[in-house]
Formats: sequence, C-alpha cells, structure tokens
Amino acid sequence: MDWQAFGVSLRLAAWTVALLLPMALLLARLLAWRRFPGRLVVEAVIALPLVLPPSVLGFYLLVLFNPGAPLGRWFMETTGTTLVFSFPGLVLASLIYSLPFAVQPLLRAFQAIPRQLREAAWCSGLGPWRTFWKIELPLARGGLLSALVLSFTHTLGEFGVVLMVGGNIPGRTRTLAVAIYDRVQAFDEAAAGRMSLSLLIFSLIAVMAVFAVERRR
Amino acid sequence: MKRLQVDIRQRRPVPLEARFHCRGGELLALVGPSGSGKTSVLRCIAGLHHPAGRIVCGGEVWLDDALGIALPPQRRRVGFVFQDYALFPHLTVLQNLTLACRLPGDRAREKARRWLRRVHLAGLEDRRPDTLSGGQRQRVALARAMMRDPDVILLDEPFSAVDQVTRRRLRLEMAELKRTLRIPMILVTHDLEEAEMLADRMALIHRGRILQQGSPAEVMLRPVDAEAARLVDVRNLFRGRVIAVDRERRRCRLRWDAGELEAPWCESIPVGATVDWCIPPAGLLLHSRRRPSRGVRENPVRGRIVEIVRFGGRAQLVLAPVAAPEKRLHLDLSQHVVERNRLAVGEPVGVSLLSRFIHLMPPRRR
Repeated sequence: MDWQAFGVSLRLAAWTVALLLPMALLLARLLAWRRFPGRLVVEAVIALPLVLPPSVLGFYLLVLFNPGAPLGRWFMETTGTTLVFSFPGLVLASLIYSLPFAVQPLLRAFQAIPRQLREAAWCSGLGPWRTFWKIELPLARGGLLSALVLSFTHTLGEFGVVLMVGGNIPGRTRTLAVAIYDRVQAFDEAAAGRMSLSLLIFSLIAVMAVFAVERRR
Repeated sequence: MKRLQVDIRQRRPVPLEARFHCRGGELLALVGPSGSGKTSVLRCIAGLHHPAGRIVCGGEVWLDDALGIALPPQRRRVGFVFQDYALFPHLTVLQNLTLACRLPGDRAREKARRWLRRVHLAGLEDRRPDTLSGGQRQRVALARAMMRDPDVILLDEPFSAVDQVTRRRLRLEMAELKRTLRIPMILVTHDLEEAEMLADRMALIHRGRILQQGSPAEVMLRPVDAEAARLVDVRNLFRGRVIAVDRERRRCRLRWDAGELEAPWCESIPVGATVDWCIPPAGLLLHSRRRPSRGVRENPVRGRIVEIVRFGGRAQLVLAPVAAPEKRLHLDLSQHVVERNRLAVGEPVGVSLLSRFIHLMPPRRR
C-alpha cells in the first residue's frame, strides 16, 4: 500500500470538497431558481465533465495551466510555482472535473423545495441569507450530503485528468489511482490489488451511504 | 387603526387592474373563479410580485412605481396564510412560529405558546407539520402569520384544503378571531358562502379586474351587470325591455319572455332600453293552491315544475313558465311547504315575482 499516494489522494479530495461545495451551492441555487440568458450553456458546461473523456479535459487544462497561457502565467507570477505538475494545479483540475458530481445532487435538492416555502419565509420576515440558512439549506441537506460524498469519492478515484495535469510526482501529485497504474506497470500485482480493493470498498460504502440518504428523503 | 389602500395594474404576465381599500378590523373578501387573479392581488400586497401602481398600509408606502418604491416582503408587515399553508416541514410547530418573530429566544417562545393557545393548539408545540391534521396545519399557519404582529393579514383560500366539517369549524374560529383584530384582513376565496359568512365587504374579481365592490348582500343581490351576476351564481337572470316608466313612483314596466312585470326603476335606464334583470330565489312567492292570497296579483307567472331538489329540510324548485317554457325560474322553499302543497314534477303552479326584489342592470359598454 502506497500510503504517501493515499495521503495525497485524501488531501486532494479534502481540498476539492472544501472549495467545491460552496461553489456548487451557489451554482445549484442559481440554476434552480433563476431564469437568465445563457442558462442552457451554463448547465451544459457544468455537465460536460460527465461525458468528456478525461484525457480531453486533461489536455485542455494542460494547455490552460501552461505558463505560456494567461492563467498559467498569472499563477506563476503570483505564487512563483507552476500550475502544471503541482498540487494546486491538481486541485483546480479536480474542481472542474468533479463539478457535476457536486452540482447535480444539489440542483435536484433545491428544485424539490416548493417556491411557496421560500415565499413563506420572506413573508415571515426572513431575509435572503436567513432564508438560506434556516430553510433552504436544511431542506437541501440530503443533496448536500450526496454532493459531499460523490465529489469526495470521485476525486479520490480520479485518474486521467490527474495524470495529464499532475504527472506522477511522489508525495506531490501521485494519487492512489496513479499509484495503482504505476504498480501494474511494474508488475506488482499484489500491491495494485490491495490498493484497488481498498478504493473499491471505500467507494462502495460511500455510494451506498448516498443511496440510503436519498431513500430516506 | 391601520388602513390598506391598493391601486395596482399590470398587463403581464397576467392582466391586473385592482383598486380597493380595507379598513382596520375589516375583512374584505376577494371573490372570483379560479384564475381570475385574486391570488395575484394578494401576492402584490405581500411584495412577492411588483406591479405598477401604489400600495399604502397605515400611512407607509409599500409600493409606488412613480416614486420607485417597492419594498420587499421582509419590510412589509404582512401575515400571509398560504393556500396549502407552506409550513416549514423540517421545523416543529413552535419553531415554525418563533422563526417568524424577531424577539429573543425565550420571549419568542412565550409569544408562540400564547398564539398556539389562542388557536387551540396548546400541547402540539413539538410536533412536525406532517403529523398534523389539515385543520391543525391551517391554525399553525394562521398563528405563524400573526407572530409578526402584521399590519395586514392575507388569507389565500385558507379553508380549501380541509374537509367540510373542519372547514365549518375553522370559519367559526376565523370569525371569532376577526372580532378581536384591529388590522385589515384580505380573504381570497372562490366560495361565495364563505365570503358571505366572514366578509364585511366583498370585491368581485374576474380576468384580473374588479367588477364590483360592496357589502356581500349588495354584491350578491344587486350585481352591476350580467357578468357579475353570473359570477355570484345568480340563478334567475334574464333579459328584458323597459316599455314604460313611472318617474314619480320610480317604477317601470318590463317586458320579458314570459310576459310583463312591474319593477323598480333608476334614472340611468331609458324607455326602450334592453336590460339584464335578476331576482333572488327568495323574491319568488309561491301561490298557495288552497288559499289564494293578496300577493298573487303582483307580477304573477304561471309555470310547470320541472325539477325539485331536496336537501337539509329545504327544497329547490325549478319552474318552466308557461309563456316561455325554455326559461327556468328557481325558488327555494321549506320542504314542508312542498309537502303541504303536494308539489311534484310536472305539476302546474303559480308564483309572484315580488317587485321589490327585482334588480335591473343597465347594459354596460366596455
């Protein structure tokens, strides 16, 4: 078992979830209740990582993160490190790659809240912020939990984009999924098997937890 | 006492044109069929929708498009009882109430308990809305609306989601609560009986426009035109022509399909005018078959019974006049009158259309 890779994976998943959930909450809420021009495009772009091959997404991110490109250059000038083959670059890529896994359950949860409940909150004197904390968020908690678990496990198991953007630097960008690939390449099937099994069991438990929550709602 | 003044209009998404006021302690019923725009009017008052026009409550301007004022719902002190109550499902009854109140914890809970006692729900503080009956939910919604110490209370079909027995009880409770409140109350309903029972004034609304306002009796018995008459379910609605006028006695002769009638007259109706006219079922007097009375000379109409519907000790009689068998006259009688006179379908009868009950509606141009 490559504990170092396991640590990188956990750190990556934790950072991704911490940054992704507030973003996804904002986006899901916007998509659930607002009508605006270009809404369809936004929805499609968010769902794109679900259907796009990871290598394609990885390729474009690589182009974008390159110090020659505006984003890559800005990051380089601000922090002194590159986005490609670095942990921050990996986090940024994961945010994009895992976006639909966080937005979709939240979107469904927000859409299921009757409009009248929010209006009742406003007519009870609750401002938008209190309505969000006291009414919307508690009612969408099932979706929030699904979003958390799905985006965490999905980031944990991410392979293609990670390999393209982060490479395979031990302790920095080598995640568990990359380590498994690495072990297979080195004909160390026993280690690959152990890591695969642990990831499999973890993911299975996580997905079952999501289904259990969905069923209870 | 606070007074609510509403003068709003819009073209889209649904046309709306409403101008009315409601005094403190007064209950105004907005009555109309489904889709007539009554709920939209409530939403405009609550600030959930912003039309053009002006809404003032207790001297405070809530909406004035000319001045660019449109307060959000949070800043209008409204108590809104939604049609399906919109209780927060994840909160207990007590929490549903305290959330609507800006007092600190203990005082908010004390106030909530006071309101729950007042709507006969003491002991249910810790229950969730999904464990309550329809009537209990309605009372929670009403108590929640009152927690804000509102300047106006808005009731959107508050009795429509409960069974008939509960509805009757809730209406009585509402009437009781109404007596103690000093704020304007607006009730949206499509139920005429409900409006008649609870409202001090009634506004008839159709296709987003207010057709008539007045006391329930005035709106129900003296509709402004045939359209308003149909909306308040006037059953005896006919067309006729004014053929003579006695200005001194303020009476006129009216010719209709089944003959001629004497009716009250008002200035706005010239001789020769075609008018719609109506008469409530209570304005029809059945001629006794055994002892003809003096009243038989007043606007007599001979007819044949085509239908008798009995319910709760009363009977609804439908007659076809002999002179106009395609027309229908409706009258309500006690069941014992039906039995004493041995009335049955097919039997000939005579009725008087009591002149003072006849209401003429001058044709209106829109």
